[in-house]
Order: sequence, then structure tokens, then C-alpha cells
Amino acid sequence: MYNTRVRGVLIKGDKSYSDITHEILKPMNDRAPLWWWIAAFVATGALFWGVWGFYNTISTGIGTWGLNNNVAWGWAIINFVWWIGIGHAGTAFSIFLLIVRQKWRTSINRAAEAMTIFAVMAAGLFPLIHMGRIWDGIFIFPYWNTRGPLWDNFNSPLFWDVVAISTYLMASFVFWYIGMIPDFATIRERTSSKIKRKIYGALSFGWIGNAKGWLRFETAAILLGGMAAPLVVSVHSIVSMDFSVSVVPGWHTTIFPPYFVVGAIFSGFGMVLTLMIILRKVYKFKDIVTDGHLDAITRILVFVSLIMGTAYLTELFMAWYSGSEYELFTFMKNRVTGEYKFAYWTMITCNAIIPQLFWFKGIRKNITMVFIISIFINIGMWFERYVIVVTSLSKDFLPATWASYTPTITEISIFIGTIGLFLLGVLMFFRFVPTIAISEVKGVLKETTTNKSFTDE
Amino acid sequence: MEKKYWQSLEEYLEVKKGSNVENKEPMPEFSIEGLDESEVKGKSSRRDFLKMLGFSVSAVALVSSCQMPVRKAIPLLNQPEELTPGIPNYYASTFFDGNDYCSILVKTRENRPIKIEGNHMSPISKGGTSARVQASVLNLYDDARLKHPYKGETKTDWATIDKDVAANLSALSQGGKKVVLITSTIISPTTKKLIAEFTETYPNIEWVQYDAISFQAIRKAHLLNFGEAVIPTFAIDKAKIVVGFNADYLGTWLDPVAFSKQFAKNRKLFKGQTEMSRLYQYESQLSLTGSNADIRYGIKPSEEAIVLLNLYNEVAKATGFTTYNAPASPVDVKKAAKDLLKNKGKSLVVSGTNNLNIQLIVNAINNALGNYGNTLFVDSPMMLKQGDEDAMAKVVKEMNAGKVDGLLVYNVNPVYDYHDSIAFESGMKKVKFKVSFAETKDETALLCNYIAPDHNYLESWNDAEPIKGELSITQPAIRPIFDTRQFQQSLMQWAGISGDFSEYLENSWNEMLPLGKLDSENFNDIWNQAKHDGVYSMPEKDVTTVVTFTEQKLSAKAEKPANGLELVLYEKIAIGGGKYTNNPWLLEMPDPITTATWDNYVCVPVKYAEENNLKIEDVVKVNGEFDLPVIVQPGQPEGTVSIALGYGRTAAGKAGNGIGKNVFHLKDTTAVTIEKTGATYPLAVTQIHHTMEGRAIARETTLGEYKKDPLAGNEQHILDEKNNTTLYQKIDFDGIQWGMTIDLTACTGCANCVISCQAENNVAVIGKEQVKNRRIMHWMRIDRYYSAEEVNPDVYHMPVMCQHCDNAPCENVCPVAATNHSNEGLNQMAYNRCIGTRYCINNCPYKVRRFNWFEFSNNNKFDYNMNSELGKMVLNPDVVVRQRGVVEKCSLCVQRLQEKKLTAKMENRELRDGEVQTACSQSCPTDAISFGNLLDKNSQVSQNVTEGRMYHLLEHLHTLPSTSYLTKVKNREA
Repeated sequence: MYNTRVRGVLIKGDKSYSDITHEILKPMNDRAPLWWWIAAFVATGALFWGVWGFYNTISTGIGTWGLNNNVAWGWAIINFVWWIGIGHAGTAFSIFLLIVRQKWRTSINRAAEAMTIFAVMAAGLFPLIHMGRIWDGIFIFPYWNTRGPLWDNFNSPLFWDVVAISTYLMASFVFWYIGMIPDFATIRERTSSKIKRKIYGALSFGWIGNAKGWLRFETAAILLGGMAAPLVVSVHSIVSMDFSVSVVPGWHTTIFPPYFVVGAIFSGFGMVLTLMIILRKVYKFKDIVTDGHLDAITRILVFVSLIMGTAYLTELFMAWYSGSEYELFTFMKNRVTGEYKFAYWTMITCNAIIPQLFWFKGIRKNITMVFIISIFINIGMWFERYVIVVTSLSKDFLPATWASYTPTITEISIFIGTIGLFLLGVLMFFRFVPTIAISEVKGVLKETTTNKSFTDE
Repeated sequence: MEKKYWQSLEEYLEVKKGSNVENKEPMPEFSIEGLDESEVKGKSSRRDFLKMLGFSVSAVALVSSCQMPVRKAIPLLNQPEELTPGIPNYYASTFFDGNDYCSILVKTRENRPIKIEGNHMSPISKGGTSARVQASVLNLYDDARLKHPYKGETKTDWATIDKDVAANLSALSQGGKKVVLITSTIISPTTKKLIAEFTETYPNIEWVQYDAISFQAIRKAHLLNFGEAVIPTFAIDKAKIVVGFNADYLGTWLDPVAFSKQFAKNRKLFKGQTEMSRLYQYESQLSLTGSNADIRYGIKPSEEAIVLLNLYNEVAKATGFTTYNAPASPVDVKKAAKDLLKNKGKSLVVSGTNNLNIQLIVNAINNALGNYGNTLFVDSPMMLKQGDEDAMAKVVKEMNAGKVDGLLVYNVNPVYDYHDSIAFESGMKKVKFKVSFAETKDETALLCNYIAPDHNYLESWNDAEPIKGELSITQPAIRPIFDTRQFQQSLMQWAGISGDFSEYLENSWNEMLPLGKLDSENFNDIWNQAKHDGVYSMPEKDVTTVVTFTEQKLSAKAEKPANGLELVLYEKIAIGGGKYTNNPWLLEMPDPITTATWDNYVCVPVKYAEENNLKIEDVVKVNGEFDLPVIVQPGQPEGTVSIALGYGRTAAGKAGNGIGKNVFHLKDTTAVTIEKTGATYPLAVTQIHHTMEGRAIARETTLGEYKKDPLAGNEQHILDEKNNTTLYQKIDFDGIQWGMTIDLTACTGCANCVISCQAENNVAVIGKEQVKNRRIMHWMRIDRYYSAEEVNPDVYHMPVMCQHCDNAPCENVCPVAATNHSNEGLNQMAYNRCIGTRYCINNCPYKVRRFNWFEFSNNNKFDYNMNSELGKMVLNPDVVVRQRGVVEKCSLCVQRLQEKKLTAKMENRELRDGEVQTACSQSCPTDAISFGNLLDKNSQVSQNVTEGRMYHLLEHLHTLPSTSYLTKVKNREA
């Protein structure tokens, strides 16, 4: 079943099972290094700044943001979509690659899934804080009430947003957690601390590693993967409908669902790349997360980047082909050449042009370059959402209502706060959870030892 | 115990105290009839237990659980006959503030005036109002109002005032010392009579009427031409051609409400009507009238006389009058002359410039055209603007010479608005005895020894005669809120006239009415009817005097080009000459032309700005004297700048103090220099993009095209109708589908509707900073677009409010269905349900939805009327004050619809067309807005939507709005 000879070596360094366990658990057992403390300090600081932003918004009002009666969505929605996009990597990685039996995913999926959880948590904060009356937020749920026919509006994509995101968060979490059960059991067995044994014992649900357990485990993973796979498509499709069901020029377009899903995978993979390069560097996982893994991700990225470029061009074409003066204005005048051309061309450059450098093997092999490009992708995807949200709203149908938008310190603080939250989550993940799926890596360790690394030609 | 809610710290402490007491005290003793105390105390039965439980629960609940603090209210022991809680009462009254006149209905709820409506019975204002009239109700609840009389700086009572003033007046009178009574123009015949009696008692008192913005030249010119110093009555509705020279008669000049009504009468292209008037406007700034003119020319102020004399010569040549030498006109006058000559006796030339020479030329033109007696009348003159500049100048001179020993100031503020205010102030300091009747401690009142504060006009009895023979009545709609006293009552007191001014008024009418000639002999019937109607027309004008015109010599010199830029001072549509500078509604009202709020600025021509690298918000130094920001104004003639009057008040009140600069002292200055300082100053404008980008938004055509095809300019509508298709079923309305039409040909953009809506719907004032952030809360806005060349653009005013789409984009996207469609076609908002996702705002293509970015009521950061106990009295109890975080928008005044539907239901009848009016349509001075039931085929709106001019805004989006627009038709060739 696990014959991956075609692929070549997935784990380098001719390691034993015990080496794997030891190496992966080492960061958890060692004292936290200085950089960890510094990073945790910075992330906590950012988080607290974000808490201030929350407090300011809830106590004073959305008026503390830079929005106005014409541009009623801004950074909060941009960042929401951005985080949700990043949150796509985990499921895309684990589930798609699991289903298509790409075993090289095993070194990366745990971290990617963790990233998903934290990114979706960060994303989920934005719709909350974005509400004018957060204290009445419960109205969004279809609970039975005494107000007669006043229920939810099932036509509204915002309602489905809530459904999709909460489902996605739950499914991702369950999938992630179940994958960790054998590893928790490993920690339980290895630790000398009584407390840790208790905690990890509880977390591992009494896993004993018998054949029956493994069988169930594998089946559960495949089943959950199968069930969660549509979510990868559904979440961002629904998020995209927040825009595409509207009448706003630049939003009202049928290309959005696939375009958003692809964009999400793009940004998710970009963020995975960023994080994995850091992870393998600081924890010396280069044998497990090999250059080959990174190379595989960059190959996916160059392909996705092409799709992104096509999507951008399609939008322009459709604006022209529709003959709609508003569409034409929004795309040709406002985005390509107008007030927002900086954001537009940043988006094009970062998403459609720079990743094309991955065609060159020299660049794929140069980890520094890969890292830099992955950062560009993260920036480019942020600007994509900025272009969509702000340019369309600021200049829509009636020129008399045109207005511009600049974020305030409160909005910025909330964004920084979510970055803090995300980083803190990732740092905690580094400390308390095996960052690489031990059991799964072991599964692909032995059969491949005699071959060359899977991407070395 | 349940949770306590408190709104302020004081209240918190009080509630805390209260509940502590409750906790400590034993259960109160009580007795039940038929049971003795021991029985109650001794053994409690189950019933007793329940009683105890009931009592204690309610006691605790009462003390601690009320979300709102317990407010004591005293019920009316004897309910007044006419007062039913929840049902408004309307009183006919008259608005006159010294400048503007308007006949009004005052809507009161539970004895509080909350809204001004136009009085449709008035032959003058005919149901129209202006933004200022609408906003005047807020002045009643102004915190800056004086709450009691003052002696110097200290509070005093009326007895002291009366004693002191009477003593001073008689002492001065006996000493033969001069006392001056400066008032605004008085149009009240009864007040005039009273002043006459007053000055009889104190013969040393000289009465001077003073207008900050004077119309003396018109009266003087008529004195020379007709022997009578009058302002004629104008009948714009009878004029086919109106040529205006710097007269903003649709905005601020003389009687804009009446003129707007008259203007609109000739601009109604309905039911095959194809005739309309043509407006020429020669002006030195882009005024509201200029923006509505069919043909507009920009001229410098110094060129006005030249242009006029050229026009006169053209007319005189054809009519056989003397022609005079005149320098060549810088702009075309032949076209206007041709039109005028074609419409002799059916045309009108007016000038708003207070210059005798100019007014003489205007009179000569009107005379040559035979307009006197046809479109303007000197035999029934206007009684507005009686201010006498010369008398005022004399008073100032005498004051400075120490010849004036007493000064009584009523309804004017010359320390602020006299052109030589420094001289007035220094003169005033030399006067020993000074009494002010000001409602607020204004600049002039601050220098007075006594302040005997006048009532607000809504608390007063009065009458008015704006046009000779046309009377109207002011009656109180509320008991005086403060310890104030009406000006007239004070005069009566000091003149030793006993009784109440209301009786005095009634007696005066009794004497005034020519009872012998009337149908009804009974004065009481007439008096009551007059109070009911608010207006009364004298049955017959005395005699039609034969008007003979005495020609005067006319001249116009080509003046040497002035050094610098020629200065134009103008009144703001919103705040006028400074009387309303503390009214937050008016301060926040976007100017119909510049869309600026809350500030004063210099309008500079586009070319000048380009040459001197000026852009909006750049600060310039004017005359090396003061700094003001710049607005680059299309249509501002080359070589001119304009600055609004009315700003720079120092004692207006908390909202108006220190805004902008006072420029009254530049009134006689013809030219100023401006110099870029390099600084910038934020200006809160509500519109930053001024063209339609070639989109068919405000559609227009010319009269010629319209005559050929009523669909002219509206071709897009046919195309859109043809392309309209849907998969969905059309909504079936049962009985009522509310609809509105807005006639862009009639709409002048005066913004009366904006303020009317604000007053009706409790729309919050949010202050300059938030307006600058583009968060203005107005439910109704007036978009203003320019087209054609920037030197002299075509201007479009387009009122936009919620269009109440039947296929509303906002309704689809609200996740909680807070905005939904009623079965009468209303797009309605359930504020309580709204969670503030603001998706609806984004998806509204008209951008008419407003979000409550902050708590705008009871918030010290928004210290306007909703943060004041007094100011909150103006709120309409039928409309909820919105909470922070919810979206709001035009409801088509649903509270009015419900009220009238209920009335109709109780009377068991169908609603009549026109019975229900929204706030905006009710008082529109040009009747541009119609409202009614689209399903009623005979209703006004149903008729209007069958017009060829009808279209919906952005109709190709298939939003199916209930609001329609009618194309703007300009009466010009191509």
C-alpha cells in the first residue's frame, strides 16, 4: 500500500524510528530557547494591542475605524478573507494530498493543520468585531424565537459564512486532533513528568497502538478527510459570495468562487512555505522537511500562480466584454490606472509575476529566495483582498457618493493583534505538540531508504 | 437580585443607595383588611405567603431592576380638551426672524413644538418652507437661550428690570436725553402701533430699523422713480423671462420661499404642458439661482452696472426710451434683451445689489418693458427689509459723539454684523443705559446693562404683514420654557400699558380690520378664523394708485480694474446672516453648491486656482488680515472671490462659536488680495467628485427637444425598460404601493427637505470631524453635479434618499433579515434586529444607508441637541432614536403613513391622495417631490410616472425603485 519508490526518499539521514521520535520531540523536551521567549513576548504584546483595539471598538463604536457610509467594509474584511485564505493550507495539504495519497505530505501536514486552526481562529475574530452590535451577535444563528417569522435570511451569504467557517473550524480541529492521538500516546510513554503523563494520557484517549486501533485510526482519517474535502472548496466559495452576490461593480462576478478558492490555496501554501522554512531551520528538521518538500510546494505555487494570473486577466476581459460602464470604470480606470493602481499592481506583481521565478531550479533550490518569495505571496494576497474590497466600494455607481478610505490605528491594532494571536498559537504549538506527525513520518520512513531523495533528479 | 443598569455615575450612586436601603430595612409593615396584625405576623397562610412574595418581588423589582431610571410624572388632573397623548396638534403661526417670512403650521406633541410644516393656506409661502424655517424649531430648545433676565452679569427678576428700566427711561425722557431703539425690520402692524405708543410715552426715543443685509437701494430707487420708498412685490410666476443680477431669489434674496413657489409654477411640464419660464442670471458667484438658471453669465461685481445699462439700451432702443452711453458689455446682453422684448409685461429684471445706480437701471428696464403692474407691484409693496442705513449710520455717529444716552436693541446684533462694527462697539460703550431683548447672550447683548430676554417666536403672540394687505398671525405653541418675556410685553410694561400683549394684539386687529366692509360683522369669527388659518387677506386693497414713473438719469462707468480680486459677500442658504450660527442642523447642512458643512471658506475661480496652485483646503490670507481655507469653485467668475457672511461669531453658543471668520466689515470693500500661506485646514465637504462620469444619472434635455419628444434625454429609459427581464414574480401589492416622484426641473436644491427630514426623523448631528469622515447621517441628501465647462458649468441638483426598491439589493444580503420589504412597497428597517454587518450599505447602489458609527445621543463627544435635556425635547416621539451600531435610512416617514392610515380606517374610508405627505414632500417650496399611492391610478404620483420624463435612478440594475425622477428640462436652445 505504501509503495512510494517512484517518489524516492522522503526522509533523509538514514534515521531509525527512535531517531524520528527523538528528533521531533526534542523541542518539546528541551528548555524553550531564547528566541522562543522573545517571539512569545512580541506576539503577546501584539495580542494585547489587538485586545486594546477590540476594547476600543466595542466600547466606543465602529466609528473608531476609518470606514464611512460609502466604504462600509475595510481592513476587517480584508484581513478576514486573508486569514481564511491562509487557513486553507492545512486542509488542502492534509486532505487533498491524503486522498490522492501523496505521502510527502506527512512531514508537513501537522504544522499546516495547526496553522489552519490558528488562522481560522484569527479570521473568525473579524466578523465578530466587525458587527455594529456584537452584543446582539446571537441573532445570526437560526435559533427558535418568539419573534414570529423573523428568522435568519437564508439568502444572505453572511449567514452561510458563519455556518461555513464554524463548520470548517470544527472539522479542521477534529481532523488535526485525531491525527495527533498516536503522537500524544508517544509523549505519554516517553515523558518522565507525572503531570505531563496525565495530560497527554488524557489527550491520547487511551491509545495503545494495537492493530485494531491503527485500523480504526486510518479509516477515521480517510473518512474525515473525505468529509472535510468539500469544505476546502465550500468555505472560500461562500466567502467569495459575500462579494459576488452583490451588485457592486468589481464584486458582481461569477468567477469569484473558483478564483477565491485558488487564491486561498495560493496564500495558504505561501504561508506554509514561510512557516516550514522557519520551522526546519530553528528545530533542525531539514532531514524530515527536506529541500524536496519545499521544492514540491514551490512547484504547486508556480502552477497556482498561473491560475491567479489567468483569473486576473479574465476579470479584465470580462469587464471589457460585459460592456458595463461601471465594470470598465472599476477595472480599467480605478484599479489598473487610477487612484488604486499601486495596490493593483502590487497584487499583480506579487501574485502573478514574482512566483513565476519558481520556474528556475536555481531559485527553487535557494531557500532564502524561496522564503522571500513566499513573503511576497503573503503580501500580494493581502493586496488582492484590499483591491477587491476597497476599490470597488470607494467608487461605485453614483460619483456623488465616492469616498476614500484609510484605516485607523484601531483597525491596524486589531490586525496586528490577530497576527499576535496566530504567532502565539504557532509558538505554543511548537512547544506543546509534536510539530511533525511522528506516527505518519514513521510510516513512510523505511520503504524509501534505498532510493534517492524524491525530487533529486 | 437582578442586575442594575445605570446611565450615569450619579444615577448609579442613587440606585446603589436605594437598593442598600431596601436590603437593610425589614419587610415593611402592612395590614390586610379584616385581619389583625398579629394574625398576619403570627402564622402565615399560603395566601399570605403568596402576597408577601408578590409584594417583595415587586418591591425589589421596582427599586433595582428597572432599566430606565424611575422618572416622576404628574398626570394631568384635568386633561385639556384638545390634548390627547400621542396625537399631534397643529397650530397655524408665522415665522419671521427679521429677515425671512414664512407662514407655518407648528406640530406639537404633548404640548411641545417638534416640527414646522408649511401652511398651504398662505397666499404667499403657499405651504413652502426653507431649511432655516424648518430648523427654527431647534432654536426653541437651544441651550444658549437666556433663561432669565440679566442685570449686568447677574441674574435678576422682571420686577427689578421693570423698575430699573422704567426709572432710567423716564429719567432720560425728563432730561430730554436721546434714546435709540434699534430693531430689525418690523413687519408686525401691531408691534409698529405699540412702538408708536411707546415712543409717544417716551418722545426722546428714536426708532431705527436696521438690516445687516440692507435693501435700501431698492427703496431709494423707487422713491426716485415712483415717489415711494418701497420694495415692490414680485410675481415671478407671471414672468416668462426673469433676468437676475446677483439676486439669489431662490436661495436667500428677500423672500426665497415665495419666489421658489412662483418659480416652480412656470416649471411644471406635466400633462402636455410645454411652456416654461426662462431664467437668465448674471452673477458674480455661483448662487443657487444661478445654478438653476437656464442661461447664466459670470460677471464681476464692477461690471454689473455696465451689463445692466447695455441691457437697458437694447430695451430702450426698441421701446423708444432714452439711451445712454455705456461701455461695451463684457458678456452678451442681446439674447436676454431679445427675450425680454418678446415678453413685454411678462418679464422681470431684478438685481440683488444694494446700489442705487444699479437699482435705477433695473427699474428703468422694468418700466420700459411695462412690467410694473404686471410682474412687479409698487402699490402693494413688500414690507420686508425696511432697514435704514442712513439712520443707522447717524446713530453710530451720534453714539460716538456721546449724544446718545440710551439704547434698546431688539432682534439685531450690530456688534457682530454692522459693517463698521468697531465704531458701533466703541459708540455703544459710550452709551450708559443699554437694554437688549436678545434671546441669547449675543455679541451685542454682552455689552448691555440689562438683558430682557424675548420669547422664542414659538412662544409668542404676534402678527405680520409681509406684503401690504396680507396679514398673518403668530401664536404660541408652547408655554414659555424659561423666565423670558416677549419684547412687546416689555414695551407695554415700560410704557405703562396694562394687560397682556395677546389682548393688545386682538384689540389692534379689531381696530385694524375694516369691519364695515366685511361679510361677517362679527370680529370674533374673523379673529378665530385668522388664528385657525394663520393668514388673513384684507378684503380689498384700498385703491389702485396710478403709478407714474419718473425717469432718472442712468450711468455706468467702466471702473479701473481693482487691485486684487473683486470680493463678493453672500448669505449662506443654511445659516443666513449669522442668526442661525448656533443651530447644529443648519451648520451641518451641506451647502447646495459647495456641499461644505460647518465652515466658512473662500471660493476661488478654477483658473485662478490653477495659476496660483491652490486646491481645496489650502489656507489663504485674505487682505493680509485673516486666514480662510479655499474651495475651488467652478462658475466663480474670473477675477472674483466670494466669502460667506454669518460666520466668525464669538457669542453664538457652543455649536457656532469660533467657526470661520466674520467678513461683515468687508461689505464696502470691492477688492481683496489673497495669499497662499502654505497651511491647510480640513473642510468637511460631503461630495468630492463633481461630474457624472458620463453616466445617465441626472438626465436632462432642452425645452425644444422636449417639445419634439417628451422622452428626450430619457432614451436610456426605453432601452432599460426593454431589457428589463426577470425570472421572479412581480410582487403583488394589495391596496397600497407607496411611491414618490422627484421633478428635477422643479427642484432647486434648496435643501429644505434635508432639514425637514432631519427634524421629522430625529436624524443625528455628528459634527465636523465625522462629516469630514463621510459619515453624515442625513437620510436625504442632495447630490450636486457639474457638467459643461468649469468656467460656467451646468449644475444639477438631485435629491437622493432610499429608493424603496421592490428588488432591493440590501434586503437580500442582510443575514438577520433586519431590512425587509413591506406589503406596501416600503423597504423597512427593524433597528432592534440589526446587528450592524453593514453589508446592506455596501450593496446599496444609491448609498443612502447610514450607519450609527457612534452613540450619537447622550454622548458628550457629540454635544449637540441630542446630548442636552432641552435639545432632546425637539425629538419626534414617533421615531426611535437609533442606537450605536445599527443601520438607518429613509423610511418614507412610515410613522406618518401609519398615522393617516389609522385615521382613514377609523373614519372607515379610503386614503385620499395627498392626505399623507412625507416630511420632504410636505414643505417642498417648489413642489418637486410628490408622494402617494402608485396603485391609485388617479393619484398625483401615478400621473407623474406616466410622464415621458419619468425614469428610475440606476434602473438598469433592475432594482425596481418606488422612487422615480423626472428629467431636468432647461429652457434654452441646444
